[in-house]
Amino acid sequence: MTAAVTLAPTPWGMLPVLAVVLPVAGMVAALPLGARGAERLTLALVPFGLLIALGMAAATYASGAPLVHLLGHWAPPLGLAFRADGLSAAMMLTAAIVIGAVALFARAGFGTPAGAPERREALSFWALLLALWGGINLVLVADDLFTLYVALELLSFAAVPLVCLDGGRATLEAALRYLMFALLGSVLYLLGVALLYGAYGTLDIVLLSERTRAIPATIVAVALMTAGLLAKTALLPLHLWLPPAHSGAPAAASAVLSALVVKGSFVLLVRLWFGVMPGLPVPAAAQILAGLGAAAIILGSAAALAQARLKLLVAYSTVAQIGYLFLMFPLLAAALGTPEDAARAWTGGVLQAVSHAFAKAAMFLAVGLMAKGLGHDRIADLAGAGRAMPLCLLTFGLAGLSLMGVPPSGGFAAKWLLLTSAIEAGQWWWALVILGGGLLTGAYVYRVLATALTAGPGGATGREDSRAWIALGLALISVALGFLPLGAFGLVQIGRLDLAVGGVP
Amino acid sequence: MSATLYGLLGAALVGIGLFGLLARPSPLLRILAFNLLGGGVFLVFGAVARRGAGAGFPGDPVPQAIILTGIVVAFAATTLAVMLLLRLSAEGEGRSDPP
Amino acid sequence: MTGLLADLAIGAAILALAAGMVAARSAFTATAFFIAYGLLLGLAWVRLGAVDIALTEAAIGAGLSGVLLLTAAARLAARPVATERAPGPLLTALIALCCAAVAVAIGAAILSLPEPTPSLAAEVAANLPATALGNPVAGVLMSYRALDTLLESAVVVLAVVGVWSLTPPGGWGGFPGPFHLRVESGPLALLARLLPPIGIVIALHILWVGKDAPGGKFQAAAILAAMWLLAWMAGLATPPRIASRRLRFAVSAGAGLFLAIGVAGALAEGAFLAYPAGWTKALVLAVEFALTASIAVALALLVMGPPEEEDRA
Repeated sequence: MTAAVTLAPTPWGMLPVLAVVLPVAGMVAALPLGARGAERLTLALVPFGLLIALGMAAATYASGAPLVHLLGHWAPPLGLAFRADGLSAAMMLTAAIVIGAVALFARAGFGTPAGAPERREALSFWALLLALWGGINLVLVADDLFTLYVALELLSFAAVPLVCLDGGRATLEAALRYLMFALLGSVLYLLGVALLYGAYGTLDIVLLSERTRAIPATIVAVALMTAGLLAKTALLPLHLWLPPAHSGAPAAASAVLSALVVKGSFVLLVRLWFGVMPGLPVPAAAQILAGLGAAAIILGSAAALAQARLKLLVAYSTVAQIGYLFLMFPLLAAALGTPEDAARAWTGGVLQAVSHAFAKAAMFLAVGLMAKGLGHDRIADLAGAGRAMPLCLLTFGLAGLSLMGVPPSGGFAAKWLLLTSAIEAGQWWWALVILGGGLLTGAYVYRVLATALTAGPGGATGREDSRAWIALGLALISVALGFLPLGAFGLVQIGRLDLAVGGVP
Repeated sequence: MSATLYGLLGAALVGIGLFGLLARPSPLLRILAFNLLGGGVFLVFGAVARRGAGAGFPGDPVPQAIILTGIVVAFAATTLAVMLLLRLSAEGEGRSDPP
Repeated sequence: MTGLLADLAIGAAILALAAGMVAARSAFTATAFFIAYGLLLGLAWVRLGAVDIALTEAAIGAGLSGVLLLTAAARLAARPVATERAPGPLLTALIALCCAAVAVAIGAAILSLPEPTPSLAAEVAANLPATALGNPVAGVLMSYRALDTLLESAVVVLAVVGVWSLTPPGGWGGFPGPFHLRVESGPLALLARLLPPIGIVIALHILWVGKDAPGGKFQAAAILAAMWLLAWMAGLATPPRIASRRLRFAVSAGAGLFLAIGVAGALAEGAFLAYPAGWTKALVLAVEFALTASIAVALALLVMGPPEEEDRA
């Protein structure tokens, strides 16, 4: 079997295992520990999670190859492997920072003082947050398509109850709708998994990348899995569940839902298209995906502009920003023979996912604080908020810069890479969409800032909530990504399967 | 032969379940349709397992084990959906979210 | 020939029930169809040579799901939720056409699967002695793909957290699910007194033989859960409050032990979930028993649901 050759265990292969085991064990322990114990456990795990993610990035970068661990020493196809490449390391670091920030932020709302009785929201929040963390890390490192199915379910089962944690009727409806979309998505994905197993006798992504051929079973399987994953990623027109769900959840939950959960299914989609079937010619299908992405960018941004509520505006902004992620597909497909162009499109897509994660988490946290301080989130009545809550507004503005793609910011670097790739590939129409989306984004960010900076009653008096610094920190990271030299993104190229199979050195 | 037959039955169940999920308005019927769909997917997987019979086993044990895991996960999903629905019904029509 | 006829009859009946379910006017009818469908699916699994799955399908797919959905249908009949508007006839026809196309595409994909079929059966058999198990499916679940089993047990714990998170205001910490008055006579009372002792013996048997023959933890856990639910519905057994540390420990213990053994394997053998040499059989058995107990408790709690609004203590 070639399995032993391509999937040999590496030093530091235990890091991805730890990254999954710690949060999952934390979730399992949360129940008997109770709310206060779960809260303290989560906060204690955050530094370890950060260290593990940093260690993974360093080890991957240093060796220039993915970290591999064979569970129980059983090699695929019989056994299961973890395989952490550069994309995994970058996304995992993002997840660890966002989860850490959200955990610190959430202590005020979901904390349990010593001796206080346990509250429903508190225990649920910490256990669900840990499960979500474990789920996202598992999506990033699992190399088996069925393990990835279980990871998707972990993510969904953690995300849906977070949506209705407040218990209001509207949030319960949003959660039910989200769950139905998520379940439909998983079951379609699983059907594709069944067909792929029937055709190739393995579910390991690396092994599949060497075996897949353009036969009907592959095409039907990938089409089903793509449809399922799109429903979970909320790409237009399957986005209907997202705005009510992400805007109805508590701010801390909205931040992780928008920043991380939708990225989980996106990463899996990238692995499917450029890992499982790297050699298959799919330009037409990739154009369709990017077309949907373009529609999401334009319509989502326009919808954000039309919202009367701040939280809904931010949620529709997520619909639009997800659209950018899909521009990467035809650009990468077109650049299969030219490694430089492919690397640029790949980095652009990954950087968009990372910078949006920081910017959107920052934005949801800031907006949550503003809504709490003002007692409402009506955009028309924001006058004076800028004076009462300058940090929140600064956070909103900085995150907005990154979403717009204004230099210098991570969002700019991402959109610039995608834009130049589009022009290089002769697909200039995507460049127009990127520019148009940037203008619309600028319009909805400006609308909020302009209203909030006018003089007015302002609502809250006294000192601004100190948690605004946490949101500001995330926004600053999103901007600072734009200052990184492009060489630093060599990390995310490591272990790309489309390179290995495309015959490019 | 019977493997292919049950595989095709699975495909038909997927179609019927998908229709129920998309076309029926009642949430409980949708949850039922989701289970129908899930049953179809497991049957397709089961047909694959049966085709892989060998080494003295009546079917490939790997997909069989995967189906077992899948059934339990699907059941957990069903309970979550049902409980969400029941909570929504207990909430009643009268109450609504504060603005 | 008789085999083919049996398959055709089972298939036709399943299709008819599925169509009836989707066309049914009332949720009760649909649920009744669903239970029958689950039982017939069990037969289909036997015909497919998957007795392990047949047992699971009958216990979980028909049994536990049936109880869950019938109860839900009754409660929803009393307090209906607003349903979304049904699509018009044209849209319905369009949806039907698309679904049919999807089914046909899947069917074509199945018919196009390569011959000879790729299979891991030979590799499962060749490595089975190393797993200390005789049942190949158990070998996959506990050794080759032990990670999936571990994660699945964590998903079940997570589902309990998710269901409990739906507790209405004032109910947190109380008894799970609606209250059941003690039933003194009638079929339920009789069954609830008669079945549990038998069910527990059968469950333990299925768990024990599952090492080497069809059966195992999921099937045993589902039967145990069903027995507890039966006694609960007849008002004979009151579950502990969800605030109870012991109850919560029971839910988490199986996954917790599995995780601990996985870590021990990482320390001793250098791979997560590798069983230290010579300990395989003992550790696998320990995990099987702990998981059976935890999954049984969790499945029953999932069917009971979150505590109700008023604490009845």
